Amino acid sequence: MSKKVENVGCPYCGVCCDDLVVTVSDDGKKILEVENACAIGNQIFHHATGGERVRLPRLRQPDGTYKDISYDEAIDYAANVLYKAKKPLIYGFGSTNCEGMAAAAKVAEKAGAVLDNCASICHGSSFLAIFDNGYPSCTLGETKNRADVIVYWGANPAHAHPRHMSRYSIFPRGFFTGKGHKSRKIIVVDPRHTDTAQVADIYLQVQQGHDYELFDAFRAVVRGHEIPDVVAGIRREQIVEVADILKKARFGTIFYGMGLCHSDGRNHNVDIAISLTRDLNDFTKWTIMAMRGHYNITGPGAVWSWQYGYPYCLDLTKRDIAHMNPGETSSIDLAMRDEVDAFINIGTDAGAHFPIDAVKHLRKHPWITIDPNICMASEISDLHIPVGIVGVEVPGIVYRMDNVPIQYRKVIDPPEGVISDEEVFERIHKRLCELEAEEVAKEPVKAAPEGVRVGE
Amino acid sequence: MQHNEVIRSMKTVTLTLTNPSELLLEGQNITPDNFAAKKAAEIATLDVWEGKQKGPLGNYFTVAGDGAATAADTRIVLRGDCTRVKRIGQQMTAGEIVIEGNADMYIGGWMKGGKIHVKGNVDSFCGIGMEGGELIVDGNAGHHLGASPRGEWRGMKGGLIRVAGSVGNDTATFINGGTIIIGGDADIHVSTHGEGGTVVIKGNAKGRVGGQMVKGDIYVYGTIENPLPGFKMVGEVEQEVDGETALFAHYIGDLGERHPISRGKTVYANLYTRI
Repeated sequence: MSKKVENVGCPYCGVCCDDLVVTVSDDGKKILEVENACAIGNQIFHHATGGERVRLPRLRQPDGTYKDISYDEAIDYAANVLYKAKKPLIYGFGSTNCEGMAAAAKVAEKAGAVLDNCASICHGSSFLAIFDNGYPSCTLGETKNRADVIVYWGANPAHAHPRHMSRYSIFPRGFFTGKGHKSRKIIVVDPRHTDTAQVADIYLQVQQGHDYELFDAFRAVVRGHEIPDVVAGIRREQIVEVADILKKARFGTIFYGMGLCHSDGRNHNVDIAISLTRDLNDFTKWTIMAMRGHYNITGPGAVWSWQYGYPYCLDLTKRDIAHMNPGETSSIDLAMRDEVDAFINIGTDAGAHFPIDAVKHLRKHPWITIDPNICMASEISDLHIPVGIVGVEVPGIVYRMDNVPIQYRKVIDPPEGVISDEEVFERIHKRLCELEAEEVAKEPVKAAPEGVRVGE
Repeated sequence: MQHNEVIRSMKTVTLTLTNPSELLLEGQNITPDNFAAKKAAEIATLDVWEGKQKGPLGNYFTVAGDGAATAADTRIVLRGDCTRVKRIGQQMTAGEIVIEGNADMYIGGWMKGGKIHVKGNVDSFCGIGMEGGELIVDGNAGHHLGASPRGEWRGMKGGLIRVAGSVGNDTATFINGGTIIIGGDADIHVSTHGEGGTVVIKGNAKGRVGGQMVKGDIYVYGTIENPLPGFKMVGEVEQEVDGETALFAHYIGDLGERHPISRGKTVYANLYTRI
């Protein structure tokens, strides 16, 4: 008899659908069917047991090929790389659990590393705006049950968060939104006429890179001021019309994506969106939410803020002082400026996502990839450590895009011998402590200048 | 001209970068405050950071000359290519630093007094959180010049920053006081969230000038490629700026932002563009 596992969380996007039903074979070794998931979530589960997996760490040989090694050897290699580097960078964490992130932070602190997550090239600019201007947000449940006006600004959930519209924003019937789609007004602002724009009641084709000006116009109109005839490619009449809809809403939510965080101005685009949200609260209830990408990319922000006070781009090289300043301590900038001399890529694919020049700079130094799968990063690494897939083979806590923590479960066991991200980092931490102890035992005086205020 | 005080006791410490670091060097100890009352040999033992490695300054620089008794009388001259040295003059309160070439980030960050003269270019975050003193750059400056540190809504409070060349984006974010004079062009975002202070751009500005600005003044001599809809022209005025008088178009804004009321009148930020 095959076994059905219900209420499974999906390890794909920030919507964190937790209503999946997964059918597992008799022997618990194969995933047969996945219900309720989108096409991408479905694929993640089937991929786990669909083909060959890497079962042992692989170390690059002088001839360029990979050779299988034991986990102990891999842990030792990684710990030594971190120990010897002057400024190692640990980056990724889009696709792992909070337990793994906490363990990695322990390693980063011990190794005097820079700790960064995918927000660095994604919603990191949202954090900067939130630091500067606050975050009048809500949970997705509130949007589902209350919102009658939805704005998607620079986001395309039809492709990036396939079930976002059906679960929370446009289509569901909530407590105060019993008519579902019929009672909601959908406004989409995007330079491209996306598939999300197809379902919009009002679509504003903002001129690319001029969202800030359009927000400024909305704010001026909301405060009763005149604006020019055309702003950012949108006519004044239409801006006035939409501003009126925003003011008359019962409850509204602005969902924004990379169109704001990663067009010119970045954090300022988000910042002024937050200002508009605050302005609208003089008239009615408005909220704003970042369309966080991966299922647990909100996690490192929550975990590391609790541990160190900063959500990303943490420079822990001074160990007892955490320093954070994107532009300096962000992964791409560190790589482009040749500021780091070792790189650990975990739960993401920097090989695919980083600009080629950044990859070239990082590749001058040791590069370690910790990932369940073969990806571009794993193929250019010096060491690839395979791990179990969180949400499929490894349980753990993840944070949804609205900062709601959800306990994910596992549906099958990882391939025999394969360990979790958390265990990899715990073991690296243990090995780092041993290396440090060995150094102290050898030459007590030489161990002192390692950043920690020894003797003080 | 008589500069009796200067002639009396000014002492110069010359640092020459002879052994550059592999990664970037963090030189927050290179300030007149830290060099004052120290002999050259003592200065060479001050800490600098290369990643997690803390080492003596003397490993990288040769030090010539002793510090004066006080920071105000101490002058530091940096020679050699300091393009990869950060945080020179950070938090300094008095004295003088001359950087003969380029320097990296945070030059004059959080400075309270004294003078820094960079003869080359500087990178980003220079003069952030500045409270007083002078930062003079003969070349170009990067992003976040005279801006507030991340998350800090009380930005530059005082002092003067003068850049002969052009600057990157996010100049003077959250500026509260002080003056920034840019000889060349500015990229997007000037005085965003500003609540005081003055920024003068003698070249062109790309856009988002004075966005979300509450109070303060901006002068643009050239053109603004993409002006904000939140600024409204109210007239023409003659103003004296940096020693010369000219006619400016006067705009007020950002009309989308909150504005305080003082003596019954709403206070706006002022944007002047030269006619």
